[in-house]
Amino acid sequence: MVATMPRWEMRDRTRPALIDCDLHNELHGDAQALLPYLPARWRQHVETFGPRAPAGGFYPRFMDHREDARPPSGRRSGSDVAFTRAHYLDPFNVAHGILIPLSGAGGQQNLELSAVLSRAVNEWQVAEWLDPEPRLHASLTIPFEDPPAAVAEIRHWASDRRFVQVQFSGRPHEPMGRRKYWPIYEACAENHLQVMSHAFGSYGQPITGAGWPSFYLEEHVGPAQAMQANIISMVVEGVFERFPGLNVVSVENGFGWLPSLMWRLDSSWKLLHAEAPHLKRLPSEYIREHVYLSTQPMEEPHRPRHFLQLLDHFGDAVDHLMFASDYPHWDADDPDEAFPVQIPPELERKIYYENAAKLYGLGKD
Amino acid sequence: MIEAPAATPGDRPTRRLLIDCDLHNNVPNVQALFPYLPALWREHITQTLFKGAGETSYPKNAPTTARPGSRPADDGVAGSELALLREQVLDPLGVEYGILNCPYAIDSLHNPDAAIALASAVNDWQIAEWLDQEPRLRASIVVPSQLPALAAREIDRVGQHPGFVQVFLPVRSQLPYGSRLFHPLWEAIARHDLVGGIHFGGAPGNPPTPSGWPSYYLEEYAGMAQVFQSQIVSIVSEGVFDQFPTLRVALIEGGFTWLPSFMWRFDKEWRNLRRLVPWVKRPPSAYIREHVRLTIQPLDAPSDPRHLVQIIEQLGSDDLLLYATDYPHRHVADPAQDLLAHLPEPLARKIAVENARAFYRLPLKSEE
Repeated sequence: MVATMPRWEMRDRTRPALIDCDLHNELHGDAQALLPYLPARWRQHVETFGPRAPAGGFYPRFMDHREDARPPSGRRSGSDVAFTRAHYLDPFNVAHGILIPLSGAGGQQNLELSAVLSRAVNEWQVAEWLDPEPRLHASLTIPFEDPPAAVAEIRHWASDRRFVQVQFSGRPHEPMGRRKYWPIYEACAENHLQVMSHAFGSYGQPITGAGWPSFYLEEHVGPAQAMQANIISMVVEGVFERFPGLNVVSVENGFGWLPSLMWRLDSSWKLLHAEAPHLKRLPSEYIREHVYLSTQPMEEPHRPRHFLQLLDHFGDAVDHLMFASDYPHWDADDPDEAFPVQIPPELERKIYYENAAKLYGLGKD
Repeated sequence: MIEAPAATPGDRPTRRLLIDCDLHNNVPNVQALFPYLPALWREHITQTLFKGAGETSYPKNAPTTARPGSRPADDGVAGSELALLREQVLDPLGVEYGILNCPYAIDSLHNPDAAIALASAVNDWQIAEWLDQEPRLRASIVVPSQLPALAAREIDRVGQHPGFVQVFLPVRSQLPYGSRLFHPLWEAIARHDLVGGIHFGGAPGNPPTPSGWPSYYLEEYAGMAQVFQSQIVSIVSEGVFDQFPTLRVALIEGGFTWLPSFMWRFDKEWRNLRRLVPWVKRPPSAYIREHVRLTIQPLDAPSDPRHLVQIIEQLGSDDLLLYATDYPHRHVADPAQDLLAHLPEPLARKIAVENARAFYRLPLKSEE
C-alpha cells in the first residue's frame, strides 16, 4: 500500500459507520475499459470513431484526482475496487457507498451509441464493482436524452436492487422538469429508483445562463447555479405532482443555496401561480418533500455560527442532507473534516448515515 | 414592570429619507422614440415588420409587471409616464433621488446598426423626457451591451450628462460580462465614473439556464438569481476589478438573500483554484464587498424575519444593500416594512439612503 498521506491510512476501525453518496468508479483507459462489454459491431465503432459527446467545454485545470488515491498498480485513481476498499471503504468504515461513474455514456451525440455504452457501463459496474464488493451500490447509467431507450435500460436492471438511482449529468439538453424526461421519471417511480443529477458531465452547453465562462474556477462554481435551474424546472413543471413518489438527488452541487432558492421561488410563485395552476402547494413544500442533496463541496462560511444558522434555515430539510466525499477527486471532502463546525451529534448521525439509509432503503449494518 | 417597548414603525422618522435605486421608465411604444431616431430607422419601422426591440423580460399583463393602479389610462404601459411616477413614488415616499432603469431590449437586436440607433434614441428620450423634466431623477445609459465597442462609444456620447449615473446591462448575455471581449465597455464605465448596473432580464437569444429553455415565466423569473451569480463569478474571476480598481457594479432586481452562501462557495473555490486566476489577489467576497451593491427588491425573504436578519449579518458588511421599490413592478414584500423595520436604525438608514449616496456619488440635498 502506498502511503503518501498517512492521516488517511491510520483510522480507528471502530469509528461509526457512514454512508457515502458520491464515490467515483473510474474507467481505466476510458472507453477502452468498456470494450469487453460491447457487442462486436459497437466495439468496432468505438475503436474507429470513439465515443462522441458534444465538445468544446473543457478547461485547463491544474487539478485532477487525489495523488494519494492512485493505486500501486499504476491504474487510474478510482479504477481499482480493491484499492478503493483498502484506501477508503475500510479505514473510514463506509457501510454503504453509492457509485457514480462519470463515463459520458449517457450524453452521447449518437443516441444508439449512448444506449449501447450505457448498457456496457452498467455491466462493467456489476462485474467489476458490485459483485466484488457488497458495500457498494450504484447509479444506473441511462441514455437520458433518449427517454424510450432510457426506460428500456431501467426495466432491464429493475430487479437488481444494487442499482439505487438513475444518473443525469449536471445539465441535460433541456431543464430536467421538461416533459421529454417524464417517461424516465415514470419508470423510476414504478421501480423505486431515485433520480440523481451529478455536477458537470455536459460539455455541449455552457454552465451559465449567460454563455461560456473562461476559467475552470468559474466552471467549478457553476454546478450550484445549474442544479438550481433544474430544481426550479422540476418543481414548476409539476413533476412531483405527477409522480408523487419521485425524489431527485443533487450530487456535488453544494447545498447552501437551497434556503434562498426556496424563499425566492415561494415569493415568485405567490404572484405568478396563475401561470402554473397544476401546482397545488408552495414550491418550497415540493422541495422539502422531494429534493435531496449531498454535502460535498461543503459550503464554508467565514464564521462558524453562520453554518449553524444555515442549517437552521433548512428546517426539516436537514433530513434530506446526505454526506458525500467525492472520492477520489481532488476536491473530495474528508469525512473527518468535512464540516466547518461541530454540528449537533444527532444531526451528524442523520447526515452521515440515517438520511441516506432511509432514502435508499439501506440496512443498518 | 417597565420594559422597553418593541420598536414600532412609529419610532421611525415618519418620512424617511430615501434613495430609490430601481425605478423604471418604460418606452411606451416605438413611436415615442421617433423624435430621436434617424430617418432610416423611422422608415424601417413605419414600412416594414421591424418595430424596434419587441422582446421584453416583463409580459405585459403578468402580475409581477405592474402593480395595481400603475398603468396609465387607455391600457398604457406601466412606468411610461413621468406624472404617474411622481404621483405614486417620488412624492408620497419622499424620494430624494430615484434612479431610472429603462429595460428596453437593445440586446435583442442582432443588427448592430439598429441596436446603436435605438440605444441612442432611448438615451436622448431619457434626457429630454425624464432627466430634464425632473431633478430628483438619475438614469442608466442604455447600450448595445452585446457589442462592447459600440456600447463604449455610446457611453462616451452621453456619459458626461450629469443625469446619467449608471450603464444598464441586462443580466442575461451571450457571454459572461467578465469576458475580455467586454473590457472596452468596463473601461468606458470606469473612465466616466459610472456604475455598471446589471439588471434582471435580457433577450440575448441564448437560454437563461445551463440546461436550455424553461417552459414557464415563473422559472425564468425565479431562476434569474442564478444568472446574477454567474455574472459575478465571471467578473471577479476575470479580474475586471483588478484591471479597473475604481469600478462599481450594482446588481439590480436580482435579490440578495443568496449572496452569503454564494460567497462561501466562491471563496472556497478560489482558495483551491486561485492558481488559475493569479490576478485575483483576495477572496472573491472581498471584491464583492468593495465593488458590488445589491438592491433590496425583490426581497425574497424567508417567512421568519429572524432568518432575514441573520442573512443581513452574514453579508459581512453594512454597505452592500440599496433601497429600491422596483416601481412599477409588483412584489409580495415591502422593502420598508419587511426589511428596514427589522433592522437597527443606523443600518436601516444606510440601506435607505447612505449606501446609495456614496455608491452613486449623489450630492447631499437639504435634509428637509
